[in-house]
Amino acid sequence: MVEAVAGPAGPRPVRALSRRNIILYGTLIVIAIYYILPLYVMVVTSLKGMPEIRLGNIFSPPVEVTFQPWVKAWAQACTGLNCDGLSRGFWNSVVITVPSVVLSIVIASVNGYALANWRFRGANIFFTILIFGAFIPYQVMIYPLVIILREIGLYGKLPGLVLVHTIFGMPILTLLFRNYFTSIPEELFKAARVDGAGFWGIYFKIMLPMSLPIFVVAMILQITGIWNDFLFGVIYTKPEAYPMTVQLNNIVKSVQGVQEYNVNMAATILTGLVPLIVYFVSGKLFVRGIAAGAVKG
Amino acid sequence: MSNGRPNQIFRNLNAKVAAIPMIATASVVFVGGTVWTVYYSFTSSKLLPKAKFVGLDQYERLWSTNRWLVSIENLFIYGVFSLIFSLVIGFLLAALLDQKIRFENTFRTIFLYPFALSFIVTGLVWQWILNPDFGVQQVVRDLGWTSFTFDPLYNAEIVIYGVLIAGLWQGTGLIMCLMLAGLRGIDEDIWKAARVDGIPMWKTYLFIIIPMMRPVFITTLVIIASGIVRVYDLIVAQTSGGPGIASEVPAKYVYDAMFLKQNLGQGFAGSTMMLLSVLIVLIPWAYLEFGGKKHG
Amino acid sequence: MASVSVKNLDLSFGSVKVLQNLNLEIEKGEFLVLLGSSGCGKSTLLNCIAGLLDVTGGQIFINEKNVTWNEPKDRDIGMVFQSYALYPQMTVEGNLSFGLKNARMPRGEIAQRIQRAAKILHIEPLLKRKPAQLSGGQRQRVAIGRALVRDVDVFLFDEPLSNLDAKLRAELRVEIKRLHQTLQDNTMIYVTHDQIEAMTLADRIAIMRGGAIQQLADPHTIYNKPVNKYVAGFIGSPGINFLDGNAIEGATPSFDAQGIVIPMDRYAFAQTPQPKPAVFGIRPEHVLHGDAAVGQAFSQQVAVDVIEPMGSDTLIWSKLGPQDFRFRVDGQADLSVGDQVLIGFDPANASAFDAQSELRL
Repeated sequence: MVEAVAGPAGPRPVRALSRRNIILYGTLIVIAIYYILPLYVMVVTSLKGMPEIRLGNIFSPPVEVTFQPWVKAWAQACTGLNCDGLSRGFWNSVVITVPSVVLSIVIASVNGYALANWRFRGANIFFTILIFGAFIPYQVMIYPLVIILREIGLYGKLPGLVLVHTIFGMPILTLLFRNYFTSIPEELFKAARVDGAGFWGIYFKIMLPMSLPIFVVAMILQITGIWNDFLFGVIYTKPEAYPMTVQLNNIVKSVQGVQEYNVNMAATILTGLVPLIVYFVSGKLFVRGIAAGAVKG
Repeated sequence: MSNGRPNQIFRNLNAKVAAIPMIATASVVFVGGTVWTVYYSFTSSKLLPKAKFVGLDQYERLWSTNRWLVSIENLFIYGVFSLIFSLVIGFLLAALLDQKIRFENTFRTIFLYPFALSFIVTGLVWQWILNPDFGVQQVVRDLGWTSFTFDPLYNAEIVIYGVLIAGLWQGTGLIMCLMLAGLRGIDEDIWKAARVDGIPMWKTYLFIIIPMMRPVFITTLVIIASGIVRVYDLIVAQTSGGPGIASEVPAKYVYDAMFLKQNLGQGFAGSTMMLLSVLIVLIPWAYLEFGGKKHG
Repeated sequence: MASVSVKNLDLSFGSVKVLQNLNLEIEKGEFLVLLGSSGCGKSTLLNCIAGLLDVTGGQIFINEKNVTWNEPKDRDIGMVFQSYALYPQMTVEGNLSFGLKNARMPRGEIAQRIQRAAKILHIEPLLKRKPAQLSGGQRQRVAIGRALVRDVDVFLFDEPLSNLDAKLRAELRVEIKRLHQTLQDNTMIYVTHDQIEAMTLADRIAIMRGGAIQQLADPHTIYNKPVNKYVAGFIGSPGINFLDGNAIEGATPSFDAQGIVIPMDRYAFAQTPQPKPAVFGIRPEHVLHGDAAVGQAFSQQVAVDVIEPMGSDTLIWSKLGPQDFRFRVDGQADLSVGDQVLIGFDPANASAFDAQSELRL
């Protein structure tokens, strides 16, 4: 032990309440409150009765908690066409989302694999067009798609909408899978080929088991994306098959009777619930998904 | 080897079969659909697409329709402010989170969760918060400022800023995430070198880090821009284009023309203009991003 | 006068102790190399000296001034990084001047310092270029220049040559050595995992392992008299031969390498030898063969197992008793697998270590 000399020793003294920390955490907390506020207002409003809403302030917590608005939003709210609440839209969205997610991921993963490991002539041209397509406004393509779907007899039907989601999910998913498969060491792929495995053999026995995380990322991306879709739902389905977002908008915009803000907010939360749960459960994978979705080809 | 070279078409046949959906989507929907729409924007199609050419008539009509002009103006205002605020707020949030703070994950989760919500949900919540009879305006009046006025959704002059507030709330989290990934990608030695050189933190960000993040900024810009042109759901949910036509946007004009007004030609012309505006952003970016690499 | 001294330094990240009670005194004008494999704490120590890491305990003095709590810029140091860390959008001149401008130094003085640094480092023609237009070697020169213009007493190098290819590394190594000769008064602390760099550059080498300094000595001592088995094995390429066995006390002390007895009377024991399990180490280049081996304190016939020609010389693998044994012969030597060769060495050149504590006997 060398003798310590007088003067500063050990860690720099840090005050927990330094000016820097107050400004830093203060700013962060104020902004965080701003971001949380809408969610808070939604929840609070949905738990109040209408008389309390008319008298009180939207930020105050409910004096008397009631779940009636939730029940009504789920089972009784009217859309103008019928009065069986959001439950119909919820199940429609489930029926739309599940096959769309499965089909789009299956196609895009195989496609990404073909692009990453089995490069063939012309593949890159189509891939470039696909990626550019991700930036083209949907409005340019929606009407031709209506015609295509009508010609093959799927317009206004569930399989038609599933097809549309598969098509518009393809650029981002293909990019995601292609980049992931490219990052797997090529030696592995070559070794499998030398061992005599073919296209599907390598895909199922080697690539699939190694890529579970990216499949989860793709699922998160697609579930939230398709659940939140409004435009395609309204164009390519009929009113009785409208997804939850479209039905929510119709309930809130329905002009019959008095506006019931608590029911509207309960319905809004219900619609946002699925993606929110996916988001909070998946945490870092969600971030990875959107980051991967945003990177350039 | 009896046959010598195998037929080119059958090489990698499985891979080609696997790529059929991509090839079909890219060529039929993306290229075919776009060409079809542009082509029919020069026709007088009304209820059904008809190949009766009228030259630029639809575009002349479009640009003399007040609603379209309002839509373009709104898109422009919304676009410019959305770009500036998204980039500035997104970067500031990312820089704040990059200060080795505690609870970073909690803060990031909070800033990003709106992005998981649909525009419909976003629009409806903010419609409620900005409701002049019950929302922010009333709360402030109840506090004593009885003449306080903040009712963007009922004031044609500022309605688009009301939409902007909601749009930023929903989207800045994403930008923050992209910026944060960019900041984390910067070599830590750069920070160390700047500290040894005695450069204050704000100067390091301004003169060293931000210029280094140019590619991230450009990519982010393209993502925001292509999202802005599509703005539709948010308007439908929050304002339905009102009051009057004060918050109309091109995407809504196109949808209404195609599916509500049986005026396909106008819809096609409008969507072609949208395509054009995206290309104006996209082509220089693609040139910078991919064309430049051949030289470097 | 000590230029840099580190007293009782502790550093931990949470519960992980990276540096423990570390003491180090560096003389003014000395070139000290911190050498060790990755994760040994050498870069951490350098970052502590630079002030880039906050220490957990202990003190750091630079030029007799307690700088433990000072910001890096106030420590009178310049630093060069492995990844160069040049500001990419500024020209070379901009890189060199940015810190000085920021310290509000007069323009004339800045220009003068840049001129001097550019001249020393031969980067005058590059001043208007941007880092992307420079080669790896040029970039590293600019990075050194950035430390040079600060006109400081202590230079810190954090693996500055590790990103360069082997040829450039050898060239820049000499440059750095020249630089140190030019700047006689400047203390240099240099972190590397490359033993050649350490041996060629250092006045003294500190070999680190597990957050502690194993041996601090001049290169000659480190090579010839390693204090423990780790240091002996770390330094030298090809590596030292280790023979497991027992130290034997007797009329003359000796070493029993599993049946082969090596007389140790010529070995300078650090302590009176005692019979116990030990490790005997002899460098391949200290082993003689053929006629030269005749008359050595120890000699033995061995069979050639494997031949590894390396150009200037050739490494021969053989067996001494049951254990692997390598020795170096001239590159032109005419040997083939299976040949019997007489080898021998002088145990005075060897090192023996306690098998348990691994310390030098």
